[in-house]
Amino acid sequence: MNIEQLVTMANQIGTFFKSAPDKAQAKKDIAMHIKRFWALTMRLQLIEHTQSNAGAGLEPLVKEAILEHQALLA
Amino acid sequence: MNKYTDFGTPVKTSANQITLEIDGTQITVAEGTSIMHAAMVGGVTVPKLCATDSLDPYGSCRLCLVEIEGRRGYPASCTTPVAEGIKVKTQTPKLADIRKGVMELYISDHPLDCLTCATNGDCELQDMAGAVGLREVRYGYDGENHLKSEKDTSNPYFQFDPSKCIVCSRCVRACEEVQGTFALTIQGRGFESKVASGTENFLESECVSCGACVQACPTATLIEKSVVQHGVPEHSVTTTCAYCGVGCSFDAEMKGEQVVRMVPSKNGGANHGHSCVKGRFAWGYATHQDRITTPMIRKSIHDAWTEVSWDEAINYAASEISRIQTKYGKESVGGITSSRCTNEEVYVTQKLIRAVLGTNNVDTCARVCHSPTGYGLKQTLGESAGTQTFDSVMHSDVIFVMGANPTDGHPVFASQMKRRLREGAKLIVADPRQIDLVSSTHVKADYHLKLRPGTNVALISAISHVIVTEGLVNETFVKERCELDSFENWRVFAAKPENSPEALSETLGVPAEDIRAAARLYATGGNAAIYYGLGVTEHSQGSTTVMGIANIAMATANVGREGVGVNPLRGQNNVQGSCDMGSMPHEYPGYRHVSDDATHALFETAWGRPLSKEPGLRIPNMLDEAISGKFKALYCVGEDIVQSDPNTQHVTHGLESMECVIVQDLFLNETAMYAHVFFPGASFLEKSGTFTNAERRISPVRRVMTPKNGFEDWEVTAKLSSALGYPMHYTHASDILDEIAALTPTFKGVSFKKLDELGSVQWPCDDEHPAGTPTMHIDEFVRGKGKFFITEYVPTTEKVNAKYPLILTTGRILSQYNVGAQTRRTDNVTWHTEDLIEIHPHDAEDRGIKDGDWVGISSRAGETVLHAKITERVQPGVVYTTFHHPESGANVITTDNSDWATNCPEYKVTAVQLTKVSQLSEWQRDYKAFSQEQIGFVENPKSAANV
Repeated sequence: MNIEQLVTMANQIGTFFKSAPDKAQAKKDIAMHIKRFWALTMRLQLIEHTQSNAGAGLEPLVKEAILEHQALLA
Repeated sequence: MNKYTDFGTPVKTSANQITLEIDGTQITVAEGTSIMHAAMVGGVTVPKLCATDSLDPYGSCRLCLVEIEGRRGYPASCTTPVAEGIKVKTQTPKLADIRKGVMELYISDHPLDCLTCATNGDCELQDMAGAVGLREVRYGYDGENHLKSEKDTSNPYFQFDPSKCIVCSRCVRACEEVQGTFALTIQGRGFESKVASGTENFLESECVSCGACVQACPTATLIEKSVVQHGVPEHSVTTTCAYCGVGCSFDAEMKGEQVVRMVPSKNGGANHGHSCVKGRFAWGYATHQDRITTPMIRKSIHDAWTEVSWDEAINYAASEISRIQTKYGKESVGGITSSRCTNEEVYVTQKLIRAVLGTNNVDTCARVCHSPTGYGLKQTLGESAGTQTFDSVMHSDVIFVMGANPTDGHPVFASQMKRRLREGAKLIVADPRQIDLVSSTHVKADYHLKLRPGTNVALISAISHVIVTEGLVNETFVKERCELDSFENWRVFAAKPENSPEALSETLGVPAEDIRAAARLYATGGNAAIYYGLGVTEHSQGSTTVMGIANIAMATANVGREGVGVNPLRGQNNVQGSCDMGSMPHEYPGYRHVSDDATHALFETAWGRPLSKEPGLRIPNMLDEAISGKFKALYCVGEDIVQSDPNTQHVTHGLESMECVIVQDLFLNETAMYAHVFFPGASFLEKSGTFTNAERRISPVRRVMTPKNGFEDWEVTAKLSSALGYPMHYTHASDILDEIAALTPTFKGVSFKKLDELGSVQWPCDDEHPAGTPTMHIDEFVRGKGKFFITEYVPTTEKVNAKYPLILTTGRILSQYNVGAQTRRTDNVTWHTEDLIEIHPHDAEDRGIKDGDWVGISSRAGETVLHAKITERVQPGVVYTTFHHPESGANVITTDNSDWATNCPEYKVTAVQLTKVSQLSEWQRDYKAFSQEQIGFVENPKSAANV
């Protein structure tokens, strides 16, 4: 899939959860949402983008969420 | 034939019971009941003409007179309430004499053409003449009469013959009391009195063709043209409408396999004998000449179709799917189901995709309408469904309609809602457009919050702020029923100054004092119910708004009893059901995630195949992956993604990128023009199964005629499954429902037998609730404690600028249904021949646009051309159109923007510019050429021998 589209979708998810007062929980919720609703190929593509392209375009909180919860997402 | 007892006047409920004597029989009924109704309860029929139990008593025909011991005169039994101990006589020589005289007068001005009358044998006037023993009419026809009055045949579906009218006013009262349109009146007095529509004819009047007047008419004055054509029906079958999410129950009245008319079932749990123009009249598409009934295949979408046998078509499709999965992997295929399919059809389709193709790449059209409802309500309340019955609205004191247009989208429920509003309930409407509910006859919104498109979350935030900061939270309810941590976080969020009505007023375009007043009314006005539609869900923050709605309902304790609740108005008839049936890529039937170990094991065992624990692709993901070259085959049942999904050119690009597109439908719809295999579908009249409406009501769909294509749709899917090596051993749709019940806790007690017994049932239906669950979350939420979510307003990225300064929002109208594939093939086109672009007079003047001009509408996604309709219904800066005609290309303009949680498209906000033009857009010209070519491929197919 177009990685820009995935980045946009991930950032939208991040925008919703970033309002949570507990940032650790917010990152977990971001990762969990992606885990529960995205196909594996899409998740792997996002992880790959985070690793090889430094997550270009991803909001910091989203990038952190992906890196911290990579095992969950893969 | 289903024959319902007409009790003459509506049923009354009261704790006080009254006992009286009628014709020597003791009868006990509720206080307030009419003598006529009580008599019927006791099995005593009182002659009547102006009375029927769907209408309040009127007392005009003078046929139902009775004698009451100790009382003077002959009171009308329809308008006289029962009283304790009274003794009533319904048959005496004097009453017989009066009735005969009354009937004599009626018949003296009525044509004596019973033998050739279309309602011969189904006429109350005829029945009453017999009941009173009328043998002669002494007055003759020499005097002045109405026998030569001209018929009004202007309405495509029914005619009005005033020569047969007895001026009983049932039609007028039905229009007022049942439908709530007030299009009819009795004009003139005495002999001059006649039913009038206020205009030259019915078609030009405010009549919405719901047919309530036709149903109420006791003679042949108002009658369906189909009855005039075919004669009186001889048997009937109760089934469920295939249009909107109200899910009206109908008696299909038949002559053999010919539908004579559709009559809304008096026992219908959702509609109580009422209907709209679509359900009652717009069923002719089922036998339309455009129906394709022979399977077709082709190698390329640029080839003519080849008609083949079912076996050939099924085997070809199976071989293509197998070839593609072998070559590209099992995740290279998927399926799309539809809310126009029955529960059973959706179930077998998702089973085919998951168990046979081995992938969870299955999605449904709820993706593009109510997927945010499923997500938002599951997160907050614990169940992806509305909380109430439709009847609940009759207990509401405050009705909050947000982003919904019930009079057009859900007309039968709208009639019920308007009835409650006429009784005095308060109304808040939040909508960028002035929908009919804002101001119509005897209905006026107390507050119309005319917000800017895309600002729903800001409105909910402002309302939340008022509730939190003005002490309107029901602390007891929240403490007992909700997660307190989540509530406290939400309370802090809502109280922030930036969420105040004053801070958000400019963003919303709504005065702060109106928001405050509306919030106070919602929180303190008694039972408050929220009804919302696609104006809430089809936004980039659709799910956020749904959660915000649940937040304010919980905070004010407006959930868990009659009269309140969170009520999504589902667009299509089986949106709720298709979602219930596991049609989304992440969950099995009953909204259980595919990764859940117990559920996964349950379905693996039941289906005997290994199942994936990974969520599959959603519709937009499938299209993106197709364009990327990874997704190659699609099985699309009953859905037309080319016309209904956003950014048409992106959709068609995706389909063109696939190697095998299989479409199962009634017609060569827009998606089928990109298909390689066409499986003819069966209409709702040709199949058995169930639909589940917006109030979780599971209703029977029953076959009334043989499928024109040879098979019910579930049979086609089962055949495909067999060809792929997995026989499905169902013999009837009821077997499928039994399997659903065995695997889905909320459906545990549902079966064809139960539906036959109860008529319908609202899930959850299980051992604890064998008759179903009308109201949810009564003692506790399905998830245990209700959970509040912080719902921060995030403006859409689809912004207006100098190039695209207007916001386009889309919707639908009463006469048409969704992509119009059905309604465009009926006489409903009388009311809507094309989609128009509504524009405010100021915006039109700025652009030199006049009413009826061709207007080019350009967005970041594409361009189309429509005729302009200048109206103040839309606010300056906002334009509006419908999407019922494919050549309109409404979705050529809409973009890929979508809801953050569910990818539901943001149909309601597209930045556009409008300019006056003189020709169709390039897309429209290309579309015209392409569709003509594709229709030619069907009309001139290759012979099978040349394949």
